[in-house]
Amino acid sequence: MSSSPDLQSSSSAAHEAANPSYRPYHPRWYRKPYPILWWLEKLAYKKFMLRELTSLAVAYAAVLLMVQISALSRGAAAYERFETVLRSPLALLFHTIVLLLLLFHSITWLNLAPKALVVRLGRRRIPNRAVLAGHYFGWLAATVLLFFFLVGS
Amino acid sequence: MSESITLQILRYRPEDEEEPVWQSFEIPRRDEWMVLDGLNYIKDQLDGSLSYRWSCRMGVCGSCGMVVNGEPVLTCTTYLGDLPPGPVRIEPLNGFPVIRDLVGDIEDFISKLQSVKPWIIRDEDKPLSEGEYLQTPEELADYMQYSMCINCMLCYSACPIYALEPDFIGPAAIALAQRYNLDSRDQGAEERMDILSQHAGMWACTFVGECSEVCPKNVDPAGAIQRYKVTTTAEWFKSLLMPWGKR
Repeated sequence: MSSSPDLQSSSSAAHEAANPSYRPYHPRWYRKPYPILWWLEKLAYKKFMLRELTSLAVAYAAVLLMVQISALSRGAAAYERFETVLRSPLALLFHTIVLLLLLFHSITWLNLAPKALVVRLGRRRIPNRAVLAGHYFGWLAATVLLFFFLVGS
Repeated sequence: MSESITLQILRYRPEDEEEPVWQSFEIPRRDEWMVLDGLNYIKDQLDGSLSYRWSCRMGVCGSCGMVVNGEPVLTCTTYLGDLPPGPVRIEPLNGFPVIRDLVGDIEDFISKLQSVKPWIIRDEDKPLSEGEYLQTPEELADYMQYSMCINCMLCYSACPIYALEPDFIGPAAIALAQRYNLDSRDQGAEERMDILSQHAGMWACTFVGECSEVCPKNVDPAGAIQRYKVTTTAEWFKSLLMPWGKR
């Protein structure tokens, strides 16, 4: 079944005249604008944003460590000043919040690790749970080691 | 039996509307009906102009993906009875320009899929007389999960990166590239790497992870992308330490 080209074009021309916004054979697509606050739409997106934002706490902790090393290198008086600042109630409160954010970052990070890592033992693939357990064990071991290093000294 | 349910459908008729509008339809509530059955009821009984894609009705063809109550789902595998009470809101997939009603333009996905060369690439095909390329069950298991993709594009709809950066190659295409990279018969990983290591490739992914959550076939595209990142980084380090070695 083929219609005459003349008939087709004249009918589409008439249609176009009646509906100026309609372009025959060339659909007028609608592209939905993506809201800037898209991450508020779903709990999973909010969690993702929180995970990303806690990277700031990681960056802060790294800078703090560098400041600490710098204070240490400048002598006992400088280090004492550094410690005095950290002992203030405001600093304690702030660093408690930073610690919580770091814990959230670390836990969510470690939980994602098995998705990215495929570990093999010979031809056998290590199950995800074992990969995850390995990460947590490494974290625990590092924490215990640091604890003994700091408290034992 | 006279119970009814309201489907609110985001309609877009380009000849009449500048932008999509919601339209409500009352349909009978039947527990055995999928959302797609509800749409088919509307099309058959209430408004024949409603446009949407569907084909197999058994979660295989990947045509009937839509956003139902805010979640990208296959409408042929989503029971109306499983949805919370109240009107059911049905929209076209996010991230794709809407052609009409619930039909999106998927050309972008198709061209991206082709760009990652989702087929087996061989440096040299062995002669037919030598028989098949054999594979062990372990080698099959390496890529099996990624081969389950039905190109339904729910992962694209769930991915905020794809909506914000339309150049992003996207979850399913990268997962399918990985499907062939991990296939022991394939030798095209380097060719695919040229495409996937670009900014719009795997590195655009920030691991939101929703693509894997909505995947009806448990392909885990987010995992595929992160694995790809790890492999690429390892390869890069190797080439840095041993520049004389094979890439």
